Amino acid sequence: MTGLLLNTSSNNNVIEFDRVNKWYGDFHVLKEINLSVKKGERIVICGPSGSGKSTLIRCINALEEHQGGHILINGVQLDEQEKSVMAIRREIGMVFQQFNLFPHMTILENLCLAPIWANHLPEIDAQALAKKLLKRVGIEDQAAKYPGQLSGGQQQRVAIARALCMNPKVLLFDEPTSALDPEMIKEVLDVMTELAESGITMICVTHEMGFARSVADRVIFMDGGEIVEENDPETFFKHPKMDRTQKFLGQLIGH
Amino acid sequence: MNNSQNNIFHPRPSLPAPRHSKGALHWVKTNLFNGWFNSILTLLAVALVSFTLPGFIQWAFIKAVWVGDTEVCKLSDDGACWSFIDAKFRVLMVGVYPESESWRAVVGTAIFGAIIVATVANWLTGKVLLVAWLLVPVFGYFLIGGGFGLKEVDPSLWGGLMLSVLLATVGIIVSIPVGILLALGRFSGTPMIKALSIAVIELVRGVPLITILFMASVMMPLFLPPGFIIDNMLRIQIGMIIFSSAYIAEVVRGGLNAIPKGQFEAASSLGISYLKAIWLIILPQALRHVLPPLIGRCIALFKDTSLVIVVGLLDFLGMIKNSSLDSQWLGYETEAYVFGAFVYWVICYSLSRYGALLEARDPTSHSK
Repeated sequence: MTGLLLNTSSNNNVIEFDRVNKWYGDFHVLKEINLSVKKGERIVICGPSGSGKSTLIRCINALEEHQGGHILINGVQLDEQEKSVMAIRREIGMVFQQFNLFPHMTILENLCLAPIWANHLPEIDAQALAKKLLKRVGIEDQAAKYPGQLSGGQQQRVAIARALCMNPKVLLFDEPTSALDPEMIKEVLDVMTELAESGITMICVTHEMGFARSVADRVIFMDGGEIVEENDPETFFKHPKMDRTQKFLGQLIGH
Repeated sequence: MNNSQNNIFHPRPSLPAPRHSKGALHWVKTNLFNGWFNSILTLLAVALVSFTLPGFIQWAFIKAVWVGDTEVCKLSDDGACWSFIDAKFRVLMVGVYPESESWRAVVGTAIFGAIIVATVANWLTGKVLLVAWLLVPVFGYFLIGGGFGLKEVDPSLWGGLMLSVLLATVGIIVSIPVGILLALGRFSGTPMIKALSIAVIELVRGVPLITILFMASVMMPLFLPPGFIIDNMLRIQIGMIIFSSAYIAEVVRGGLNAIPKGQFEAASSLGISYLKAIWLIILPQALRHVLPPLIGRCIALFKDTSLVIVVGLLDFLGMIKNSSLDSQWLGYETEAYVFGAFVYWVICYSLSRYGALLEARDPTSHSK
């Protein structure tokens, strides 16, 4: 993987988790998480459901708050201060499993909303930006439609374009293809692969192991709120160290 | 066959739906006489209509007197005397409002009508529409009550349909935003605001409107600081707004609860603040969801204005009752109430149709 070698040259970490802990009530979801993500790195996180992988990436843009340890984004500590949280969120794009497009707005309005209301871009510039990004994800002809009129794959591509509208430094994907029909998964993965090649920092929770193998610089396996194993995809898939990882991969490939 | 030779899948062409489900006779069969129970209901309904309708048409149209004074009406004793409505028209519309100032009601009606037409026809949109409607209460009170150059007319002289429409319109326009704020308060995560909103909503909903009107009319002056006087009419208006807001709050809360959490998360992840997310993403969807019950609340509020008669205001219904007691025109209560019912129905049904129009216009509507 050439990506890994290229990106080690810049040693400033975009995301830094320092012994992060989180509880839902009495349930300990994240246990002593240490993780650093370099600029331009592409990371895939996998693991069984309930392992804390979604919670982990949702802590990065403070959709979930953590109760112990520190999270640093570009060297700035995430804390409860609304202003700093908003500033950090504008730097981090997120794509959800359920797309979460705004159903009462057209595709173009969905894309223009944040540039206009959070970045104070003039409407004309926002629309130009939105059209450019819709073209990039291959659905510029759907701009005037409403989300409900699009297929799942198209909606998810709109969601990716919407996240890109804020020109984020980091993109988070929370199981972006899990709600899609098999025939639509590929069109979304193609867009994600194109993005990965553009050099943006990506953290992706997914079970698409083919995507992980071809795109990721590093694969992280989580279980029970802990990072069990992390490695480059080559080693991760061919020679997993931990028995838990082997069992998980065995089940994934076995069926 | 090409299919089997090349193994290429050719989807069958879509065919039109079968036609045997059409025609008038078929419609009658499936809608009016489907099963013995529906057939009996249909026959009963036909019987009821044929017993009552011809008599009503005879009375209301064929034998009715349209022009002339009481003497003419007395000659035709089995027809309606619509000239009674004509004679009482001014009183029914504006009550005892000074005759020299009646033109203000006409001007008000014209402007209000123009705003309604512009709204329904979609000529006004966005902020202009919002501002126009928010100015209606201010302008309405000014035009009817006077001040700033216009001759002042004491609110005790306001009456008739003018008063009903004023109370209802101002009530609706003010209680929708107040109701939305209460709903957002109950929806919010801040315990103090939430508790306060719940207290207001549940307290008001636990009391009948009549009680609130009596409170506003009789008790509110006792609680106000000395020298601080709010007119009876305005107190009753405030009472109606408080009552209506509590119900609208619960309607809107239903809509807020229906919005998936993911909508908030998507907005947050884009760096949009909580208040902007509420305004741009959550409320527009929530209000679309609750449009039918919201229109229902508006209709209910309009009809509820007829209760102000118990606290001494002479609204439309009050004037109808008053007019039928006139010694010159005794015995025409039926005409008065039929006319009143007709006016109420026209206004309420128009509101209902406007609600349906709004739903039909919504490009994301589910009811298509």
